[in-house]
Amino acid sequence: MPRSAKWRSRTCGRTIEQNRDPLVNNSPYFLKPASVQSVMLRVLVALLPGIAAYVWFFGAAILLQIAMASIAALAAEALMLALRGKPLMLFLSDGSALVTAWLIALTFPSIAPWWLAVLGTLLAIIVAKHLYGGLGQNPFNPAMVAFALMIVAYPQLMSQWPAAGATDLAGQLHAIFGTRQIDAITMATPLDALRTALHTIDAKASVAGVLGSNPGIGSVGGKGWEWVAAGYLVGGLWLLQQRIITWHMPTAFLAALFAIAGVFSLIDSTQFAGPLFHIFTGGAMLGAFFIVTDPVSGATTPRGKLIFAAGVAVLTWIIRTFGAYPDGIAFAVLLMNIAAPLIDMYTQPPVFGHKDKRGDSP
Amino acid sequence: MTALQRLFKFHGGVKPAYNKEASTGLPIAVAPTPTLLVIPLHQSIGGMPRPLVTAGERVLKGQRIGGADGNVSSAVHASTSGTVIAVEMRLMPHTSGLSALCVVIEPDGRDEWIQRQPFDFRSATPTQTRDYLRDAGVVGLGGAVFPTYLKLNPGKQGKLDTLVLNGAECEPFITCDDVLMRERAETILKGVAIMREMLRAGQVLIGIEDNKPEAIAAMEIAAQAANRAAGDSAIKVVSVPTRYPAGGAKQLIRVLTGIEVPHGKRSTDYGVQCFNVGTAHAIYEAIALGQPLISRIVTVAGNVGLARNYDALIGTPMRDLVALCGPLPDSDRVIMGGPMMGLLMPADSVPVVKATNCVLVGSKQLFPPPPPEMPCIRCGECAKACPAELQPFEMYWFSRAKIFGKAQEYNLFDCIECGCCAYVCPSHIPLVDYYRFAKSEIWARELEKEAADVARERYEFRLLREEREKQEKAAKLAAKTAAGREKAAAALAVVEKPATTPEEDAKKALIAAALERAKAQKELVHPGNVSDLTPEQQAEVAAIEARRAEIREMAKPHLRQDD
Amino acid sequence: MLEAILVMALGAVVLGAALGYAAVRFRVEGDPLVEKIDAILPQTQCGQCGFPGCKPYAQAIAKGEAEINQCPPGGDEGIHKLADLLGREFKSLSAEHGIEKPKSVAVIDEQSCIGCTLCIQACPVDAIVGAAKQMHTIVAPLCTGCELCLPPCPVDCISMQPLDESVETWKWKYPVFKINPAQQEEA
Repeated sequence: MPRSAKWRSRTCGRTIEQNRDPLVNNSPYFLKPASVQSVMLRVLVALLPGIAAYVWFFGAAILLQIAMASIAALAAEALMLALRGKPLMLFLSDGSALVTAWLIALTFPSIAPWWLAVLGTLLAIIVAKHLYGGLGQNPFNPAMVAFALMIVAYPQLMSQWPAAGATDLAGQLHAIFGTRQIDAITMATPLDALRTALHTIDAKASVAGVLGSNPGIGSVGGKGWEWVAAGYLVGGLWLLQQRIITWHMPTAFLAALFAIAGVFSLIDSTQFAGPLFHIFTGGAMLGAFFIVTDPVSGATTPRGKLIFAAGVAVLTWIIRTFGAYPDGIAFAVLLMNIAAPLIDMYTQPPVFGHKDKRGDSP
Repeated sequence: MTALQRLFKFHGGVKPAYNKEASTGLPIAVAPTPTLLVIPLHQSIGGMPRPLVTAGERVLKGQRIGGADGNVSSAVHASTSGTVIAVEMRLMPHTSGLSALCVVIEPDGRDEWIQRQPFDFRSATPTQTRDYLRDAGVVGLGGAVFPTYLKLNPGKQGKLDTLVLNGAECEPFITCDDVLMRERAETILKGVAIMREMLRAGQVLIGIEDNKPEAIAAMEIAAQAANRAAGDSAIKVVSVPTRYPAGGAKQLIRVLTGIEVPHGKRSTDYGVQCFNVGTAHAIYEAIALGQPLISRIVTVAGNVGLARNYDALIGTPMRDLVALCGPLPDSDRVIMGGPMMGLLMPADSVPVVKATNCVLVGSKQLFPPPPPEMPCIRCGECAKACPAELQPFEMYWFSRAKIFGKAQEYNLFDCIECGCCAYVCPSHIPLVDYYRFAKSEIWARELEKEAADVARERYEFRLLREEREKQEKAAKLAAKTAAGREKAAAALAVVEKPATTPEEDAKKALIAAALERAKAQKELVHPGNVSDLTPEQQAEVAAIEARRAEIREMAKPHLRQDD
Repeated sequence: MLEAILVMALGAVVLGAALGYAAVRFRVEGDPLVEKIDAILPQTQCGQCGFPGCKPYAQAIAKGEAEINQCPPGGDEGIHKLADLLGREFKSLSAEHGIEKPKSVAVIDEQSCIGCTLCIQACPVDAIVGAAKQMHTIVAPLCTGCELCLPPCPVDCISMQPLDESVETWKWKYPVFKINPAQQEEA
């Protein structure tokens, strides 16, 4: 087929041939050099500082996980595109599958068995993305669907986090490929330790006690983890500067998380961790800039974004504090995804000229 | 120096490559009269003017050839003197590639004007002045071609706070207003004075994008002169930030005054009215010189060797203008308007009309086909860019799914089709095409519904009338029979029955007779009343017949436009 | 266990009875459904459906006495709308009632018109003007294209003229953009 035939269908309403080229589109005739691909690639670039910190503190295993998840994502994407009869190269190169894969790798434990992230990625791409209609159609954040499914199915494996400083690559590889016992290099995440201590082991445990007694937990968000979070923060600010995301979601998310955690830790600082801890631990910073900001499944109006992100933050805190799972971002995001269309509907911004209901005329 | 004026911001907008320098290097040139002028009768918003000339007639430059029809309509004129060759369907400068009634004039080269007389608008009533401008064919020259006389009405309050003159010209490539302001600032200001008087406008704000310093300077000098002459300082030239679409009427009003005129509302109700600078110039020419709108400044730019502005007669084929500029060999299309909102022309033979601010020559290289369309990822770029503060992706979603009611709920009709959303879309979705599609579908449906409502109403009225007639007949009959009963009670049954039969018989006989006549007529080919006539009468009849046939021919594709 | 079942059953019976009573008691009279159906019908009043007008057809549909696919001027789109409104299955236009034609208006050939007024009487929307023994003409904007004036004309001087698209009535087409696999490799 001639290359130019691609444009034939875009030429709206050509009824006569005359002297015109039927392959020409309607106005506007030139476009800003923007593409889904460049958006997605910049999101990937923005993840790099966080990944670098991850590697520094927790070893290179995460790179292996990212690579495996990426391959799985691309393979699943290619398979589904082929099955759905969509153009392969066009959609494979859009980068959206890679973003999903990287987010899965970063939210899963880096020393989990290799098949965990791969299975999660396959679920995300095949079920959460393509069975709902592919790019732009998924009502739920695919990476978070994967996380939620896997943590329900394999709660043990999903809680094997590397200990800070345990960057021994050989050990990590053994852990990933299941060739040797791995207890030596794993530990509970700060959130997990805190939840376990406060809820099950010792009724008299306090936040300060747990965090202070655990050698792997730093002063702010858990040793190492706060630096990873800082990396995500840097990348997220760059995304803001690039105008890929707007300020609404990260600000609302972090502010709401800070506020609710702050209020409760003021009420009882022995039972509730402080706001800085919440912001710099677990997936909070990654979530603020990279997960809640997913435009496809989130709210889109400015006010809607504020409500959406604040809702995610509050639910995250509730699940972290009272729930059975170590981190609550995935469930919080999925719950808010359900509400996103409703939020959008009720937060439609006023249109030009229709803003002032009190008196349109001067 | 430009006046210090508090400026407001409009939401969104984009900054495309402006490409304006190419066509501002040379002064306006008068385009040569073409060998054939094709003047469409329908060149403005509103009713289609009725043709006032027939083939073979000689017309003078500025002679009215199409009379305004209906409340919203504007006359059209012969652009030069010559002979009307035909009044026929010709290809219109419209993306549809459809034809409409045009007056085709062969210029005689003498360029002979009609009697031109300045119109003394000060001694005329406002209505007279407006009628004069309607008949002078003055319409908005910014591209929307709304009849100007309708806008020259101060509205309920009888006066206007602000008269906004639009010299922003935000579309890339187009410079016709720019050069007009540089070269004819004085006459523009004279037109402004007329408008100001008609509208009783308090102040006049002339908004010009700050990428046109020469135009701003020229207008500034002219405005100062005008202010001195008027003895006040009502006219201000305001430099506005360059950002597409600052030249949209609503956006410019917003930038200059902070007022947002909602869709479907008249801006006069908000104490403000906006005109293009070219329109001001046309008003001056019509009132002060007695010249109807027969030419306009057209930018010829794009894929040409030498872009330039031409003063072109309405009806000049675009091809002629393009030829003057030396189109590059890879040119493959002609666009009327700019690259953001311009309409693709079905051929380069279509004429320049009053809406033609720019003839943009395109090529695959200059305007490459957009990359493949991807699904919408709801990134919100379009909403950020939308100057009407809409949610374009929602409108797109519903337009694409043909859920038009929902699309309207998201204020589809507030969309000005500026193209910002499609310009920024990372998925390269032809968003504006979806809105155009949805809008025209909704309009068609509304028309259909209106027609159906009229039909229903008329049908129901007919039923009612038939019922009433039946009752009236029955009442008459009853009265008759009552009267008859007194005279011949015994013969009633006998009388009543035949009373109807002769009536029917008579009807049948009439029809039969008519049938006979018709048959005879068909055989005779022409009606009986033309059998024995004098030759003069016959000639007259023949002429009438010919005209009828012509009208029928002309009307055929227009049956819908009769309303 | 048994108790639970009984309670649920009793609940079902009570609710069912209440709903049944409400359906009878609060039945909407005056049938706005007819109006809704009538609003969808094209109001050509052509009678091709077998009823003497759009309203009677609407009434028949509402009563369930007529199918929804008997209106040729409404076309497939009209049937779709009726199907949506009534929650019935879409059926393609029934052939015995005619075929969907492009929208047309009647035109009287003024040369042959004998002024018999028969068409005037046949026109359901009074869109024909004229008087006995005078030439008749059709008010085109009012004509619904029902063709009812064609059969009564004794001299066959009425013809149907399809309405062509004009610049004003032209519609922007749906910007379909399908990417099919055959093109993918070039991308």
